[in-house]
Amino acid sequence: MMASSYNAKDEDGNITVSGPGGGALRSKKPENTAFKQQRLPAWQPILTAGTVLPAFFGIGLFFIPIGIGLYVTSNNIKELEIDYTGSDMSSPCFNCSQSFSWNSTKPCTCTIPFHLDQPYDSNVFMYYGLSNFYQNHRRYVKSRDDSQLNGDSGSLMKPSKECEPYAYFEKKPIAPCGAIANSMFNDTLELFYNNPNGTKVKIPLTSTGIAWWTDKHVKFRNPGGSNPNFTAVFQGTAKPVNWRRPVYELDSDPENNGFINEDFIVWMRTAALPTFRKLYRIIQKKDDLLPTLPRGSYTLEVVYNYPVRSFEGRKRMILSTISWMGGKNPFLGIAYITVGSVCFFLGVILLIIHHKYGNRSNSADISS
Amino acid sequence: MLRRLNRLLGGDERRVDSRTIYVGRQPGSTNEAFIPPKFCDNRIVSSKYTVWNFLPKNLFEQFRRIANFYFLIIFLVQVIVDTPTSPVTSGLPLFFVITVTAIKQGYEDWLRHKADYEVNKYRVTVLEDGRRISKESEKIKVGDVVEVVEDETFPCDLILLQSSRDDGTCFVTTASLDGESNHKTHYTVPDIEKDLEMLCATIECEQPQPDLYKFVGRMQIYRNNQESVVRSLGPENLLLKGATLKNTKKICGVAVYTGMETKMALNYQGKSQKRSAVEKSINAFLLVYLCILLSKALVCTTLKYVWQSKPGQDEPWYNEKTPREKETNLYLKMFTDFLSFMVLFNFIIPVSMYVTVEMQKFLGSLFITWDKDFFDPEIKEGALVNTSDLNEELGQVEYVFTDKTGTLTQNNMEFIECCIDGFQYTYRDTASELDGFCVTDGPVSKLPQKASTEREELFLRALCLCHTVQVKEPTEQDQGQGGGLLDQVDGLGVDGEVLQPPQEEKGFIASSPDEIALVKGAVRYGFTFLGLENKVMKILNRNKDVEMYELLHVLNFDPVRRRMSVIVRSRSGDTLLFCKGADASIFPRVRQEEVERIRMHVDRNAKEGYRTLCVAYKYLSAEEYAQADAGLREARLALQDREEKLMAVYNQVETGMSLIGATAVEDRLQEEAAETMESLQGAGIKIWVLTGDKMETAKSTCYACRLFQRNTELLELTVRTLEDGRMRREARLHELLIEYHKKAVQDVPPGVTRSWCSDSQDYGFIIDGASLSMVLNCSHESNSSLYKNLFLQICQNCTAVLCCRMAPLQKAQIVKMVKNSKGSPITLSIGDGANDVSMILEAHVGIGIKGKEGRQAVRNSDYAIPKLKHLKKLLLAHGHLYYVRIAHLVQYFFYKNLCFILPQFLYQFFCGYSQQPLYDAAYLTMYNICFTSMPILAYSLLEQHICIDVLLENATLYRAIAKNAMLRWGPFIKWTLQGVFHGLVFFFGVRYLFSNPALQNNGQVFGNWSYGTIVFTVLVFTVTLKLALDTRHWTWLNHFVIWGSLAFYVVFSFFWGGIIWPFLSQQRLCSVFAKMLSSLSVWLVIILLILLSLLPEILLVVFRNPFAPRPRQLSEDSLLHSSRQQQLSHHCPTST
Repeated sequence: MMASSYNAKDEDGNITVSGPGGGALRSKKPENTAFKQQRLPAWQPILTAGTVLPAFFGIGLFFIPIGIGLYVTSNNIKELEIDYTGSDMSSPCFNCSQSFSWNSTKPCTCTIPFHLDQPYDSNVFMYYGLSNFYQNHRRYVKSRDDSQLNGDSGSLMKPSKECEPYAYFEKKPIAPCGAIANSMFNDTLELFYNNPNGTKVKIPLTSTGIAWWTDKHVKFRNPGGSNPNFTAVFQGTAKPVNWRRPVYELDSDPENNGFINEDFIVWMRTAALPTFRKLYRIIQKKDDLLPTLPRGSYTLEVVYNYPVRSFEGRKRMILSTISWMGGKNPFLGIAYITVGSVCFFLGVILLIIHHKYGNRSNSADISS
Repeated sequence: MLRRLNRLLGGDERRVDSRTIYVGRQPGSTNEAFIPPKFCDNRIVSSKYTVWNFLPKNLFEQFRRIANFYFLIIFLVQVIVDTPTSPVTSGLPLFFVITVTAIKQGYEDWLRHKADYEVNKYRVTVLEDGRRISKESEKIKVGDVVEVVEDETFPCDLILLQSSRDDGTCFVTTASLDGESNHKTHYTVPDIEKDLEMLCATIECEQPQPDLYKFVGRMQIYRNNQESVVRSLGPENLLLKGATLKNTKKICGVAVYTGMETKMALNYQGKSQKRSAVEKSINAFLLVYLCILLSKALVCTTLKYVWQSKPGQDEPWYNEKTPREKETNLYLKMFTDFLSFMVLFNFIIPVSMYVTVEMQKFLGSLFITWDKDFFDPEIKEGALVNTSDLNEELGQVEYVFTDKTGTLTQNNMEFIECCIDGFQYTYRDTASELDGFCVTDGPVSKLPQKASTEREELFLRALCLCHTVQVKEPTEQDQGQGGGLLDQVDGLGVDGEVLQPPQEEKGFIASSPDEIALVKGAVRYGFTFLGLENKVMKILNRNKDVEMYELLHVLNFDPVRRRMSVIVRSRSGDTLLFCKGADASIFPRVRQEEVERIRMHVDRNAKEGYRTLCVAYKYLSAEEYAQADAGLREARLALQDREEKLMAVYNQVETGMSLIGATAVEDRLQEEAAETMESLQGAGIKIWVLTGDKMETAKSTCYACRLFQRNTELLELTVRTLEDGRMRREARLHELLIEYHKKAVQDVPPGVTRSWCSDSQDYGFIIDGASLSMVLNCSHESNSSLYKNLFLQICQNCTAVLCCRMAPLQKAQIVKMVKNSKGSPITLSIGDGANDVSMILEAHVGIGIKGKEGRQAVRNSDYAIPKLKHLKKLLLAHGHLYYVRIAHLVQYFFYKNLCFILPQFLYQFFCGYSQQPLYDAAYLTMYNICFTSMPILAYSLLEQHICIDVLLENATLYRAIAKNAMLRWGPFIKWTLQGVFHGLVFFFGVRYLFSNPALQNNGQVFGNWSYGTIVFTVLVFTVTLKLALDTRHWTWLNHFVIWGSLAFYVVFSFFWGGIIWPFLSQQRLCSVFAKMLSSLSVWLVIILLILLSLLPEILLVVFRNPFAPRPRQLSEDSLLHSSRQQQLSHHCPTST
């Protein structure tokens, strides 16, 4: 394979000390060590067609199956995307999107029917997706106070300057402060299965397990330690300007309330690209025999709270199953197949070249 | 400014060309108008800083470097403007660099302070009003009389007034000044009274100047009510600060130059900086990258404002600006945005590159000093590196200018033969004849003949008298036994009777080894020089009688006259002038009828490569002598143009002599001189021999060194060929130049570079000093540049060029001319003597040989080696490797920062041009400092893409890197494209992966910091593995550093994300890395992207192989070949 040879160097030590009585002079004479004489034993690999050829074939043979596997896996993942922005007249959410105002107290609800052609077998993951939403804008990304979110009581009452202009509201510190928290996604999505018999069955959605474990247990902590009385803990703070409820009323479960509310934590992990999806709910598989979501018609009920029209954004609801490689993404499979085939192809070309010219160049070398 | 103004306003009287020093009591007459002139005190200040000004001054010095200044600006922008990365990211590396440099410089300065303090506070004895006062050295004023005892160094430049030795001499060594450790004799000013207290004199001397060997002055001694006496002062009267008194119990001298005006201090200034070609390339690349940086920032700023002009983009409801941001003026905002982008992308020009390059150069140069092959057991010294800035230049040399004597030859002179009156005398060790005299057949007559004894003895006397040789002083341990022995040894028997026959190896000291050879040669023929004492030279003649000659004058040797003379008066009262010198300078000055007989011998000897000298003499009549004596004295007293005046007198005296004979001295070639020259020529290096020697000698040396081969056609442009025709010299010069040009340049088949093809005719070019000056200083302006061009073109097409009869300045002139010629080739000068210093300083790389002619060349050189043969390894192995290493280092640095910053630039298109950094601040800071710096440093120190033995064996490999091959625009573009490709692969690979950010099997999604971390991980692995692919020489250090830094990156990332860091305002990377590795997709994408990035690299390497075997393969083949024969190459690959 790799043309190489380990060269055991002759560590000849100090052999050439200039005659007897050289003791005093030895200090002036350079030391005869392998390092100082640049003769450290070394491995000297040479890349030649002969050595690289098998590697190319190997990579090709290794990558193509992986790529096919990835591609098949990705294709087997079932995914359904519903855009409920309501920007065109035909959309059920058109009215809600048009009549949006921050001050309205009455929530606007819209229902979108959809049909599943295939049953979803394993756990189904429900995402919300936003487009043209720059969660990775610099001003936005830095507009948070991690020590406040980590339960630091000092930062709770005195949010960092980075949170500006979402740090104080009417002289009261905002908790949680910053633009990210302030713009938390607050549409409520609910799924109903339309039984063929005409009844609507609400599909149970799990709202835990959607955030990173470390975020929930290490990075995010409620202030006041284990004090269950959130009202007292958050006394003297204001809710984010655009929120309808204070942070301690996000959920009834104390383990999923306040800063450690998972919806909140998921939102706080800023997305990499302006079009992104975030995990919203998980539909757990209950029965081994029945599919989690059987084939049939469904209704998506949206409490439309989140305005995106002003920046020409889109909102989507995504239902997806998950494989070992994550969500549906054909890229990896295609990339692996491509790179694998290119390697293989190159291998073939190299082989031909090697056979045709290799001998000739060898003989040329010998004659020279 | 002020000083110049002062000068303009008539401060001229202060700028006189000489200074006047008053010694002792002032002459009463001038007392009223006398203002003591101000001279600087004797404090030596070699330190640059004081405690107070260290910080500002050092910072100022450091920020004068353009790179440091650039980083400072970036840092300040980060502090002032709201920028995406914290000031720490660029501040920390800058702070590190600045601090390390400041500490290093501070330490060096502290050492200088300590040394200064020691020198300045040294107690010296000063004679003041007849008392001996102990003073601190720094308090010595000009005009003070200072007493110095044996083994002390002189505290300032002194005029020697009094010595404890009877003959008014003292001995000094100047080891600390020019490294010459032999004893030099200095003389007291004559006619100084014993009682220095009574001395009253003025000294007029030139203003301080750095030349150690020049001094002119005049001393006017006032005696009580007598007319004043004037004495001339020369370098022989001047004791330099820094020299040490030897063999003399004590001396008194008057201070003439003090403190910073002493010759030592004036010589203290560092040499002018030489910049290497690599550095120029770096600067050019830097400019390109600066342009890339600026255009990137400009593009982003423009696009940002285009993007923001769409409604709802600039300030959506979820991301409002602070009131302050809203109020800011639009143009100001644009400007700060531009600066912010600059800051974001500034890592493309890394601070660390400068640190790494400096480190590489410094550490790399240690390998030269460590190399045991450069160790010479004779002088027990290895190579010396005076500057590490030029290591890589050693791999780029195109022209080697070498001195002949002492460089190509050993400068180990041996007397071979002499000819007296046309009869040849060859000395044989085993000769049985009386006195070791052996007469062989002269070519003149077939009969064994001998010159008359009288002539013989005259000739030998001339050899014994006409020199400046001293008898060697006793060694240290003998001195303890008191003055009696001392006197005995140095005079070899004061009472004139010589008891024991002179030892076999009598020690002689002289400035030139020829003189010693001649004196030793005379010893063989029975005339022994016993020494010079009180201006009396003693010779032991064949009859074991001591002859005494009073030495009246020495007409010193100089390279222009090329001869020296002595005027002596024998016991019988005859005044004789003996002169020896080069044939060309003697023949015109002797009676012509004597010339022919000797010229034949001289020419024959010169052809055999011997150094020949002719000896002449002349009787001076009383009037003649009186006239010469007066002329010499007058000239010696002159303050201005003393040299010229002396020369005129010398020339006047040295006429009408009669030739006695000639000598031939052999100068053996250096060990392996021929092999070295041959391999250098094989390396495509053109070798020019610049020598002061005469043409025939130099030519034979060139043949011996195989610079000229038997089939080399020699093109001669010398005085002889110029005078061939009946034409005027200028016309002949023109004709010859055109003819040679036609031969050597025009008739060469186009497209074929001369030295490459062996079958065509080789040309060698010979020019002498006189012709050269005609070429260079042609009377017609228009022709001058034409001749110069023709000359250069001819020379460039010759395999070797020999320039003989060169004055030192002409050597430098030639080097300069070649240096500035088309293509500005890299030049190297190598020499061993003081006459080579000018060309050593002029060439790109100056190499000194630690030879016999003192240490001047070594002091002024960039590298010093003990022998000529070491040049081969220095250039072919060290130079080649250093160049490859540093070129790779530079290219790699630019490459790795390009593909570091490109994803960050591309990310701007996806984050609304908001200057959001892709990587975490810790990664931004550490990328160049920790994650990727060590492997390249190790590479640039240890890489041997071809192993040393092969490099030495195949000189042709040197041509592969000629003309800065690895740092030209071609390779640079290749590397840049590679960087761009890698950057694109990293960014878009991850971009498409993130089209669905749910990458785990639990459905959870990744955010922007995960994105950046994945890109960064791929980046770190790819650039490190790319270096691994380029590494051809894997020592354990390479393994350790490459795998170590990858491991360090992983460990660091775990650590950095594993803890909530209290000092960080944002926990961006909290558990990001661990989470990332828990996703299989991420693993797969990392592997894929690394492989995809390296694929073209591997392909390039492979594709290059089958079509054209690279030097490497070639070397392997030759190695295989040699290993079969010699079985010595253990550490080179033997399999393909």
